[in-house]
Amino acid sequence: RDVAKRARMSSAASSATRAGSLNGRPGRSCIPIGPHVVLKMIKHYQEEGQGTEVVQGVLLGLVVEDRLEITNCFPFPQHTEDDADFDEVQYQMEMMRSLRHVNIDHLHVGWYQSTYYGSFVSRALLDSQFSYQHAIEESVVLIYDPIKTAQGSLSLKAYRLTPKLMEICKEKDFSAEGLKKAMIGFEHMFEEVPIVIKNSHLINVLMWELEEKSTVADKHELLNLSSSNHLEKSLQLLMDRVDDMSQDIVKYNTYSRNLSKQQQQKHQYTQRRQQENAQRQTRGEPPLPEEDISKMFKPPQPPPRMDTLLIAGQINNYCQNVKEFTSQNLGKLFLAEALQGHNS
Amino acid sequence: MRAQPNGSQLNFRTPSRTAAPAPDLKMAVHGPVVKIHPVVLASIADSYERRNEGASRVIGTLLGTVDKHSVEVTNCFSVPHNESEDEVAVDMEFAKNMYELHKKVSPTEVIIGWYATGFDITEHSVLIHEYYSREAVNPIHLTVDTALQSNKMNIRAYISAQMGVPGKTVGVMFTPLTVKYIYYDTERIGVGLLQRTRDAPNRAKGLTSDLCQVGGAATRVQDMLTTVLAYIEEVLSGKVQADNSVGRFLTDLVSKVPKISAEDFESMLNSNINDLLMVTYLANLTQAQIALNEKLVIL
Repeated sequence: RDVAKRARMSSAASSATRAGSLNGRPGRSCIPIGPHVVLKMIKHYQEEGQGTEVVQGVLLGLVVEDRLEITNCFPFPQHTEDDADFDEVQYQMEMMRSLRHVNIDHLHVGWYQSTYYGSFVSRALLDSQFSYQHAIEESVVLIYDPIKTAQGSLSLKAYRLTPKLMEICKEKDFSAEGLKKAMIGFEHMFEEVPIVIKNSHLINVLMWELEEKSTVADKHELLNLSSSNHLEKSLQLLMDRVDDMSQDIVKYNTYSRNLSKQQQQKHQYTQRRQQENAQRQTRGEPPLPEEDISKMFKPPQPPPRMDTLLIAGQINNYCQNVKEFTSQNLGKLFLAEALQGHNS
Repeated sequence: MRAQPNGSQLNFRTPSRTAAPAPDLKMAVHGPVVKIHPVVLASIADSYERRNEGASRVIGTLLGTVDKHSVEVTNCFSVPHNESEDEVAVDMEFAKNMYELHKKVSPTEVIIGWYATGFDITEHSVLIHEYYSREAVNPIHLTVDTALQSNKMNIRAYISAQMGVPGKTVGVMFTPLTVKYIYYDTERIGVGLLQRTRDAPNRAKGLTSDLCQVGGAATRVQDMLTTVLAYIEEVLSGKVQADNSVGRFLTDLVSKVPKISAEDFESMLNSNINDLLMVTYLANLTQAQIALNEKLVIL
């Protein structure tokens, strides 16, 4: 039993380091997170954000050489209609100033957001993360999935924009040519950074104390067999996104068809012009002036590619989540079978 | 009873506190039950680790909600303070400011008391408690023993009560309250992960992925079953006295596994597996589709 535990832990550790080195940058390995940060995020969602609302907050920590460490966080209040004069920046400034008095690291290293069934790839997220990363290169956005956590295991992922995407955002060049130049696919938009929960010794003592005193029984939601509800919702969201995607594709197709039609028209026009000019020359008349073709045929507006990229990224994310979920459930079903086989 | 006269205030300490073996459950009588969320304790531990040089303890405000019979502590923040032999200074401006900021995020939380790290209740605590009585009705005082004086981290809660002879100087007594830990479901899972982190070497643990988690949960259940089986063996061989309540739980457990006929179970299992496989196939197909689309556009 202990051997299995140790093997599992070493495999988890080695997979974490392997994932870290996949990024290609030796310094960007795991991000340690203090345990009270995790608990605070959980509590914030639990109390303030029910339903499809998203709760957000700021992460504080330090940058140690190349690595990031997250040591504290504080929540952001919800946006309400009647809080028009609420100054977010001021709230943040005040909070950080106060936290400095109690020796809490006040370096803004990122932000966190809760998500609904994994739908977080959006323009807003991209913009916010870009502004954070512009200021501090190592900042991350922590995505906390409360629904997946409620199903049995803490779902916390840290993402960062790839350098390629940062370049593009800096140029603000979202056209098709720009993206083609940078060779960005939806897989290269965000990179996941593995996170590690680091307990201090005092917290360890606290954990022992809680285990002794706490009378709450373990509920084992992870081994729950019912899956259809969750699967249904995920697939519903996936279908919506795929619909969006297909609309986008239709738009792009119409655009390219228009473009080629226009090219043809331009070509025909220049040919006709040349023919007329040749005829006029034979008749000895002055040739018609060369008109600016591009002004006559205004090129159609190319549809922005950024949205397509985001939708593709989101679809990819949904598919990943669904696959993870189904693989877990398959495992559980086989467990149930083993249990039945034992009895019957 | 040990009395420490200090001007016009006395504070007394009930002797049972230091003598009782299981103090939290046996002592509390009057006053509300204090329910603490683990996030509060984790924050307190963290602020203790960040205390200023020379400070031996940290104090802060507790936020939460008050019920008829219980007080639920859901949040806290530390307040800078200076403490020396004969005086104590608490930055009350700061406390007020922080409370305002916190109220913006969670308007339902109110100040319900304060906490201090350390084992004893000192004279300074009385003064601080007085200040907090102005902020909240009947504040509770929480002590977390981070110095681990009795080899345990004792977490106690107190409420103040007036005592003394009427007409003469009135003293303040801190009476202990029952402390319970309550968790939200998701909090419990978070705490579960932290518990497992504590066993890991290096005190650091990454978050495992899908199938590993199911494997982990299954192993845990297996461990529990092994323990139960060992107990049953011992009872059968007469080493341990059979306990009826445990026996009842065991029958419950065994009867919980539903008795389904083999074909029915086969068909249920197969249909579920087919559903999941189909969904996996569709997900893979979608991913391949968008990847293809991407490549075609970039061409």
